[in-house]
Amino acid sequence: MSTSAGITEPRGWTRGLLRSLSWLVFVFFYAPILVLIIFSFSDNRNVGVWGGFTTSWYADFVADEPLTGALSNSLQIAVVATLVSVVLGTMSGLALERFSFRGNRVFDALLYLPVIIPDVTMAVMLLLFFTQAAKWFGFSKGFGTIALSHIAFCISFVSIVVRARLAGMDDKLEEAAMDLYASRWQAFRHVTLPLIMPGIVGGALLAMTLSLDDVVITQFVTGAGWSTLPVYVFSLIRKGVTPLINAVSVVMLVASMALVALSLLAQRLRGEEAA
Amino acid sequence: MTTSRLRWTVAFAAFTLILAACGGDDSETAAGGTECAVGETDGNLALYNWAEYIDPEHLDAFAAEFGIEATMTEYDSNEAMLPVVSAGNSGYDVIVPSDYMVGIMIDGGFVQPLNFDAIPNASNISDEFANPSYDPEQAYSVPYQWGYTGLAVNTAVVGTDFPRSWSIVFGDNVPAEAAGKITLLNDPRETMGAALKALGYSLNTTDQAELDEAQDLVEAAKDNLLRFDTDSADELLTSGESVIAHGYSGDMFTQFLETDDPSQWLFFVPEEGGTRWIDNMVIPFDAPHPCTAHTFINWLLDGEEGAALSNWNYYGTPNKASIDLLDEELNAFLTDPTVLPGGLDNIEEIADTGDFEINYSDALNNAKG
Repeated sequence: MSTSAGITEPRGWTRGLLRSLSWLVFVFFYAPILVLIIFSFSDNRNVGVWGGFTTSWYADFVADEPLTGALSNSLQIAVVATLVSVVLGTMSGLALERFSFRGNRVFDALLYLPVIIPDVTMAVMLLLFFTQAAKWFGFSKGFGTIALSHIAFCISFVSIVVRARLAGMDDKLEEAAMDLYASRWQAFRHVTLPLIMPGIVGGALLAMTLSLDDVVITQFVTGAGWSTLPVYVFSLIRKGVTPLINAVSVVMLVASMALVALSLLAQRLRGEEAA
Repeated sequence: MTTSRLRWTVAFAAFTLILAACGGDDSETAAGGTECAVGETDGNLALYNWAEYIDPEHLDAFAAEFGIEATMTEYDSNEAMLPVVSAGNSGYDVIVPSDYMVGIMIDGGFVQPLNFDAIPNASNISDEFANPSYDPEQAYSVPYQWGYTGLAVNTAVVGTDFPRSWSIVFGDNVPAEAAGKITLLNDPRETMGAALKALGYSLNTTDQAELDEAQDLVEAAKDNLLRFDTDSADELLTSGESVIAHGYSGDMFTQFLETDDPSQWLFFVPEEGGTRWIDNMVIPFDAPHPCTAHTFINWLLDGEEGAALSNWNYYGTPNKASIDLLDEELNAFLTDPTVLPGGLDNIEEIADTGDFEINYSDALNNAKG
């Protein structure tokens, strides 16, 4: 086991090289986003040709019924998928990390499956499953099938993040609480939950992003009238890409950044409360 | 990334087809089409279509006229649509596949025969779109919209004095001003098809020797190319980066109208021939509301409704009763004889070549080097 005190910071040209590499990576990540934002205000149908400042693409977005409809579909699905998968993912994470039971390892391996198999494989499996299920139980595909599919792959991601947090937590804290006559539930509620909360919030954000982003699985399991935003945007490409798509992306970007900022703020407030 | 995604999708589409073929025989459809009266509806309409291919208000007008509700769901490629529909219970009543995909869906039994007694407006279909190669009896499909693939030229740079031939990109007639400023589509079937046409072959050939010749032609043309580009061919042309562009008529035409002087641009299908694509309306084999589907198809084949469709999406109409009702600019473009200097004889639709498709992809990749 090594501590950070034993590691000396790089000096001289190594330091300079590492620093400039870091900056290059940042530029590589953020320059395209900057370009995207700038051209969402361009008064020219062609993406990449500057035609003066305008906010008309945002007005178009708000007025475009299919587009706002798809956005609303995406948000509804993302909220439901996030809430359900956070609860189930946290529970399975706790079960796997805290207890050993029959089939523990099998369950663990199965939980990783949605993370490692290609999207399209999962998409076809779900498509065939829902097609059969629809035949037997007579429901139609749409909100339910998309939400279930998203929950199915989000659970794994939430559980992985939560387990990582649990692994770094000392079991003895919980034992100590129970020694002091806390019930199992009280120990969980007042000791474990606050400690793993950053993991849960991180998992929730990840789940929400994955749900909002997903194209491949969604387009296989969607039903009449349930286009999500990314699926709709993909299908727009056949007619050519206009800055309207930039405007949509900027709105999504700002919304997800606001979400992250909000969760950071919530954690900070809670931290102050505890102190 | 798109290419690999597409390849996956196609691979799994094939996989689904096999599964559907093995297990899905319990979905029998009445041969000869569903019994429906003209204008009969049996539920709400679920349309599965490309994005921005019909005005949402136009669709609402249909719903209001027949007292039902209509929803549209979008897909981004024929290959993404196929597995969803072929698996069954898709819930869609009308879908809009392209030409070659109609052939695949008929072969697979994923579409039902139309009952033309319920579609009297089918008589409005122009003769040149009747009985297409992919549905020779016109039993399963009716055309929705169409367009050509050809060459678009900036006449302000190269003038108008050049042969209307593929040789301005593939041969000895490349205008000096266009050298290094030509784009070809980055699409195996379209680009190899153009070279095959330039050589006088069918663009659906399955003869490897002919395809090899076409590959050499594309390879030789590379010196004069700006690049292979599909998504922004129209924008590169009007922004001045390219001078001759291989592209789709609808894209080019709408792009021309965005510029200050639309008359500066010329679009034509070279006289040796080229591609025409046709998107079609078909009804899935297990459509929940087949009578509503028939009624919708009949309604859209009406002259006025067909014109409203084209005036909104600006693609070609296959409806002869709609031609005179089109916007002036669109009408002028669609009926312009200079667009088709070689006439209709050499025009072909891309057909599915089955296992030979991969040879087209290989040929283009080899030519690109």
